[in-house]
Amino acid sequence: MKIIGFVLSLVITLSLTVALSVKIESVPPLGYFLDPFHGFWQNAEPKDFYIEPALDGGVSQSVRVLYDSLLIPHIFAENDYDLYWTQGYVQASHRLWQMEFVTHVAAGRVSEIVGERAIQFDRAQRRKGLTFAAENSWQTLQDNEIAREVIQAYSDGINAYINSLPYEEYPLEYKLLNYRPEPWSPIKSSLLLKYMAEDLASADEDVENTNALKLFGKEALDRYFPVFLPGRDPVIPTSKQWNFTAVTIDTPQVVFNDTSFYTEVIAEPNLDNGSNNWAVSGSRTRSGYPLLANDPHLGLNLPSIWYLVQLNAPDINVFGAALPGAPGVVIGFNDSIAWGVTNARRDVKDWYKITFTNTTQDEYFFGDRRLKTQRRVEEIKVKGGNTVYDTVMYTHYGPIVYDQTFPVDQATKVPYNFAMKWVAHEGSSELLTFFHLNRANNYDDYLEALKYYRSPAQNFVFASASNDIALWVQGGFPAKWREQGRFLMDGSRPEQEWQVFIPTEQNPHVLNPERGFVSSANQVPVDTTYPYYVYDHSYEHFRNRRINQQLAKARRVTSESMMELQNDVYNQKAADVLAQMLDSLDLSELEPAEKDLYDLLRKWNLRNSINQQAPSIFEVWWNTFHKSVWDEFISEDVLLETPNHAHTIYLMQNYPDDTIFDSQVTTVQETLDDLLMESFLETSKTLADWQEKNGKDYNWGDYKATSVQHMLQIPEFSVMNVPVGGGRNIVSANSSRHGASWKMIVELGPEVKAWGVYPGGQSGNPGSHYYTNLLSTWAKGQYYPIQFYSDGMDRSPTIMLRQVINPSSP
Amino acid sequence: MRFLAKTILIAGLCYISQQFFPWWTIVICAFLVSLILPTKGLTAFLSGFLGVGLLWLLFAWSIDASTDSVLTEKIAQLFSLNQVGLLIAVTGAVGGITGGFASLTGSLLRNINRTEPVKPGYYR
Repeated sequence: MKIIGFVLSLVITLSLTVALSVKIESVPPLGYFLDPFHGFWQNAEPKDFYIEPALDGGVSQSVRVLYDSLLIPHIFAENDYDLYWTQGYVQASHRLWQMEFVTHVAAGRVSEIVGERAIQFDRAQRRKGLTFAAENSWQTLQDNEIAREVIQAYSDGINAYINSLPYEEYPLEYKLLNYRPEPWSPIKSSLLLKYMAEDLASADEDVENTNALKLFGKEALDRYFPVFLPGRDPVIPTSKQWNFTAVTIDTPQVVFNDTSFYTEVIAEPNLDNGSNNWAVSGSRTRSGYPLLANDPHLGLNLPSIWYLVQLNAPDINVFGAALPGAPGVVIGFNDSIAWGVTNARRDVKDWYKITFTNTTQDEYFFGDRRLKTQRRVEEIKVKGGNTVYDTVMYTHYGPIVYDQTFPVDQATKVPYNFAMKWVAHEGSSELLTFFHLNRANNYDDYLEALKYYRSPAQNFVFASASNDIALWVQGGFPAKWREQGRFLMDGSRPEQEWQVFIPTEQNPHVLNPERGFVSSANQVPVDTTYPYYVYDHSYEHFRNRRINQQLAKARRVTSESMMELQNDVYNQKAADVLAQMLDSLDLSELEPAEKDLYDLLRKWNLRNSINQQAPSIFEVWWNTFHKSVWDEFISEDVLLETPNHAHTIYLMQNYPDDTIFDSQVTTVQETLDDLLMESFLETSKTLADWQEKNGKDYNWGDYKATSVQHMLQIPEFSVMNVPVGGGRNIVSANSSRHGASWKMIVELGPEVKAWGVYPGGQSGNPGSHYYTNLLSTWAKGQYYPIQFYSDGMDRSPTIMLRQVINPSSP
Repeated sequence: MRFLAKTILIAGLCYISQQFFPWWTIVICAFLVSLILPTKGLTAFLSGFLGVGLLWLLFAWSIDASTDSVLTEKIAQLFSLNQVGLLIAVTGAVGGITGGFASLTGSLLRNINRTEPVKPGYYR
């Protein structure tokens, strides 16, 4: 009897211990997780938390780290190696999980963390060749002594942190998902930049355009998707003269006999990724010093995309926003210059049809030659499952994304056996751009730094204390014949391949223009006088015009007026088109409720502020109308793009009788006015439904519902319904999931002054008071004055914590 | 008395060993204490339950209090427990139940070869 009792109790105890030590479904191992000595409890940080005042590390001389009241580290080192070692160490101590997770996403290694449900995602990531691209870049970087040392130092610092971590100090997400950090490797910094390239420079409409060409013909295509839209306000002012001889490119006769319609399965980046930047010459500012502003719009995520840091060593003293996972500062300023970036869209990704010589697929035709394919075997480790091997074919163009094994559903009409050619696949050394920009003193240094920059292409705005302002559209751009790569191409025809890149010095740029300011907001870079073919379907047409109008009429600009402009919620699109829309309505046909909407729009001040209903009405009306105009371009089986908003407005104003305004769904002849009326009535219904469903008024703030979300989409670690104005195509570009991920304003006087804020906090730990502490200031449109110390003397009252990292004794 | 002594001993031993070892070390501690100090089964269970349970509960509570519930509120919601107090209680219960069964097992093993209950003040 007693033995039975003992055995029973033993079994219960052991089962309990085992059950609490393993992850079951999405529940973390509760014994580990709830243990107050090691589990999640240890991730909760008191507001005044403790930091080791002195520790030993892999530095050669003592490094001083001063944290200001926002937990921004100011690092003072005696040499570059120590500086980047410490940046890696400090960044990892706040953002380790994020750094590793993002690079796992880029490398297609999510299955290692979450199991088999991510296998197809991982396959897609690998088939896009992101790791291949990162390997190429890492090769290129290794050839450069500076780059090699910087990345190695940074990597060593991260690893020193990882190696010092006991389980109780693991970031919360590791405990929740039950895995552990692996050693960092230098190639991950390259992977991170390829991840950014994927996010910002991987959009192409080749499949959509090819489908549209077959469905509607060239004439309709040119009509609805013009290469250059009249009324554009390009990045480089139209007064610019191009004083160079352009490289000549042979334009081949292209006939592409392909009658299939395609769809696609790999995700395209979100078009809300965009940004603003500008610089105003001292001649137009109240202080007489140049001002520079930048706000990159990216996904509103937690942990925050950016991490602020000051880096100081004998040849460098820079402050700005860094990407966790890459050494140096990406957007920032030093004593002499300031710089910022916005995305410079251009078609840098094309698809080539591969014709294999036979079914072994070992060779393919390239003119009268036969070239060999290379097989790259991707090993996808799966948590709790067997490793999956995926063979990806590479051609000299790039990887074949879709083939007889991908996607799994082979009935999907994707472009099978097309090779993807993408600028970001090349080895490149963007990290050196930032290394040199961080140390730049003047315009020449800035130019020198930009030479290393290839992808993702950016509009680099620049201002210097010596009162130069400039803007370069920098990146690797293939010099294309007109419409090259607008459609799918034939990879067996050598003449269809990219022939040459536009020489860097011929990239669009402007230095000290007469108007006294430079600016960019993802619009078309140049007008038609630029001697190269430039096309993208999604160039901005509203934010940029508003910014330029405001800057052009501003006199005696101050840092406050720059903040005002960054927070500007004026709806330029509504200003362009709303009056015409309202005028078209036949008021006698409106019900009282509909008339109320009409009145709200008539009285609207055209600002997308959170407590107004009119912005919601306009948004719904415009989108409903846009969709009904382009109903022919919306299909379930054929991937198509709808003509953009700017062009729709152009047609409404210049060709109101165009047949496109006749809906295809009905047989009755319709006009533009009919479409506007119908969509207005539908808007009224949509909004009433919304109101009923949500139990509140559709004020813009509530309707748009901006949220800043944790990368794992865990609502408890996210901030929902952030009260912030603005929207898509508005200078303050905060839509529901995208927005100003970092706002910076710099005044380059004898003593540089700067202001900044971002929607999150320095700590990536949901258990820290510094996880979202900057968010409410950001939402209010306010800024923090940036603490920029000239030396490492500990005298500022704003310093909150101090740490010295000493060389470890041998 | 022995109950109180055992409870305190289990709590103390767990506290020390948790400084160095993972959470399952509580199982070993509670088991060993009951193996060495014989008691009745129920007493053993309760001393393991309270020893580990209170240790975890109090430690969790003090972390919650010193961090203004910055994380505990989020985790409580994540686990659909509406209150931070409930999360602290669950933490204590998980530690307590595990400690209780471990202690019981130790006590039962100790008692396997014992035919008669030990009488106080009687020397064999």
